[in-house]
Amino acid sequence: MGKWTRRAFIGAGSLVGGGFVLGVAGVAFAPGRHGVVSADAADKGGLTTWITVTPDDFVTILVPHCEMGQGSQTGLAMMAAEEMEADWDRVRIEEAPALDAYANAYMLRAFTGDAMPAPLGRAIDYGAYRLARWFGTQATGGSLAVRGTGYGMRVAGAAAREMLLAAAAERFGVPAHECAAARSRITHAWSRQSAGFGGLAKAAAAIPAPADPPLKDPDTFVIRRTSKPRFDIPPKVDGSVRYGIDFTLPGMLHAAVDIAPVEGGRLVSVDPAPAKAMPGVQEVVELENAVAVVADSYWRARKALAALRPAYDDAGHGGVSSATIFAAFDEALGDAPEMPAEAAKVVTADYRVPFLAHATMEPMACTARVEGDRAEVWAGTQDPLNARSIAAGALDFDADQVQLTNLMLGGGYGRRLPFCFDYVDLGVRIAKAMSPAPVKLVWSRENDIQHDYYRPAAMCRYAGALDPDGRPLAVAAHYAGGGDGESLFMPYSIPDQRFDGRRAPHHVREGAWRSVLNSQHGFFKESFIDEMAHAAGRDPYRFRRNLMGGHPRFRAALDRAAEMAHWGSPLPEREGRGIAVAESFGSIVAQVAHVAVSPEGRVRVRNVHAAVDCGDVVNPDSAAAQIEGGVIFGLSAAMVGEISIAGGRVVESNFNDHRMIRMADAPDVRVEFIRSDHRPGGLGEPGVPPVAPAVTNAVFAATGIRVRDLPIEKQDLSAPI
Amino acid sequence: MPIALTVNGETRTVDVEPDTPLLWVLRDTLGLTGTKFGCGIAACGACTVHLDSRAVRTCTLPVSAAEGMSITTIEGLAPDGALHAVQHAWIDQQVPQCGYCQSGMIMAVSALLAQRPDPNDAQIDAAVTNICRCGTFVRVRRAIHAIADGGKQEGRHG
Repeated sequence: MGKWTRRAFIGAGSLVGGGFVLGVAGVAFAPGRHGVVSADAADKGGLTTWITVTPDDFVTILVPHCEMGQGSQTGLAMMAAEEMEADWDRVRIEEAPALDAYANAYMLRAFTGDAMPAPLGRAIDYGAYRLARWFGTQATGGSLAVRGTGYGMRVAGAAAREMLLAAAAERFGVPAHECAAARSRITHAWSRQSAGFGGLAKAAAAIPAPADPPLKDPDTFVIRRTSKPRFDIPPKVDGSVRYGIDFTLPGMLHAAVDIAPVEGGRLVSVDPAPAKAMPGVQEVVELENAVAVVADSYWRARKALAALRPAYDDAGHGGVSSATIFAAFDEALGDAPEMPAEAAKVVTADYRVPFLAHATMEPMACTARVEGDRAEVWAGTQDPLNARSIAAGALDFDADQVQLTNLMLGGGYGRRLPFCFDYVDLGVRIAKAMSPAPVKLVWSRENDIQHDYYRPAAMCRYAGALDPDGRPLAVAAHYAGGGDGESLFMPYSIPDQRFDGRRAPHHVREGAWRSVLNSQHGFFKESFIDEMAHAAGRDPYRFRRNLMGGHPRFRAALDRAAEMAHWGSPLPEREGRGIAVAESFGSIVAQVAHVAVSPEGRVRVRNVHAAVDCGDVVNPDSAAAQIEGGVIFGLSAAMVGEISIAGGRVVESNFNDHRMIRMADAPDVRVEFIRSDHRPGGLGEPGVPPVAPAVTNAVFAATGIRVRDLPIEKQDLSAPI
Repeated sequence: MPIALTVNGETRTVDVEPDTPLLWVLRDTLGLTGTKFGCGIAACGACTVHLDSRAVRTCTLPVSAAEGMSITTIEGLAPDGALHAVQHAWIDQQVPQCGYCQSGMIMAVSALLAQRPDPNDAQIDAAVTNICRCGTFVRVRRAIHAIADGGKQEGRHG
């Protein structure tokens, strides 16, 4: 367990009308691969967390992370409000906008106590920018928001509380330590004096900010650990929320695009005449790897685009197919890993998983206006600052010539992470061709499915050795398609463990897909340990459990999932349970899937029980929703998901052939959290990795057939006649 | 060619090609962006509205086919400032995640419930075939049953 590094830098100032603003610099998340602490953060003015108190007693919390429906903004605000002792019913949340060229001055004025210009929200820009400098990005990803930024939120809340307490003590004429804060009021019990945060805000702003305010004992939490409705939900039920694709400007033109079907391919030729003859068409824009039609409406642009017959080259990849890629993997993996000579039994197995698309429900969209040496961009991204530099690069501008406004995301799952901004790149190039008119580029679903940054296809060759008593002596794997320490990690005490990554490069564009490398390796490793259990003649739950002596948190999660699912209780014929456990992004998730396989071989997942140790749970209902969503997302991949390659290009094109599960195939999902004081782990991704192996292990229990190649539907699971 | 539409109780005249899908007329001509584009082949349901009370996918429906019919979008599902029972349940059960599919999901569910106030699971599965990538199906089902139970079932945030 790593230690928190308690280091934060706090600045405060007053607002027009007697309000109070406070910012905290320094992301104090020391352990792990994302840890960053900046010792000179205050000098750099890198405020990451902002709290304002206005005379109406409302507390507004600015959160430097985008909202994709993962609940981070509400969770982060809860962490600040908890420390502050704010009345949750009078808390508002704002998302920190991306960099604004003038934000610097706003921020400095806040620091020096000068009046803050409205809207206050713009003032966070510089802080968001500095955060990005530290991370190199302003990304929301890696299930990191609550894990990384949460500490800064807590410090900000605690500092605000201390300052409000000091202001109240001064007013009451009593020592601060005799005052108590609760529900946005400071009370001095003996003298029966009390004052609301709003009335104290102006005085509090003049109090020096404490450098290291004390944080609350978790046992005294009143907001955290209780389920709070998410702030972003009400506008999502009445159609009023505006996603990137909904953005519009006066005089805006609309663009539809066709992109070289083979990654790396270029536009060779296109006759623009058929499109130009169609109503409303303004321009046919030829780009290096694409052709766009710009029209006065999106539908007209689409229709005209369909009239074009662009020719592209295939960059020499025309002979590549899924078969050639997996053949190359197979060759790279070579012989199965060697097992110790004293093994009583050796088990070997090959597993493979295909490419997958993110398929966010909101297709990629980007609106841009290029005027002279300035550009404005509006898009939904998981990293506004990297998107901004991609836009600047496409225009041959410096980053500060581009202003990017981040909009609500209709799904992310990794598709809108840094270096995945081809839609921004194309959007600004098209807008440049139409300058100074603003242009909204909307991708078709076909663009989206065929031009993703795919979940890498992968293959793994496992070998394991058992001693005469069925105890594992060794486990080893050769893998192709990527792997890292976290995804390969097995929580089992097996003395000899070896993992060897092999390279078999191909041209298919890859990216981070919800849980990154863990969806592949979660399937591989938790399938193989199951195979070892069966080879040893042991119950797969108990076999795992017996090897988890060194990992009590894993064992507790595994036990809880087994209990929830009534592991071991009898089931009808052709039904079975499967278990799997994996840690990713700081959270351990154990799952038991219960499946029924029809005589025709159709798999129905009846339910999934998930036991989660994600450390201290901030917002339990929202946390459960993330695990439920992760299970369904992982289940789509396990059951039906596949992107295949032929002629160098992606075969699938829309939801008719790149399928997802729907209501009819969605199991009941039950989630429980292990009570824990460990620091919060991520939640957006860790629900995904255990699903596929839990289901295929259950299919084995139901049918005796081992699925080693996803998706499951490719395998004939019908009953022997 | 001008086409007269009845949208959320108001008559709106639009001048578009008659083969323009209703989706794009709603979004780009009338500014009703609550109805979403998801696939363009009527496979995902993000573009669902009510046409004379039936749930219809509008991304492949020519606007001319909607002439003379009553069109209800998510913006008009409940009278001004109020929420439909489905919208209430969606907040109560905290259904949406990214929310992009939820307009269509809510329109599909409200049309189902208008026909069958207490649908069983098989009826829900048959009527609600929208895609949700965030995976909110568990809560969609829970919310539908909660509405059918007339609010007797406790919400998580009651």
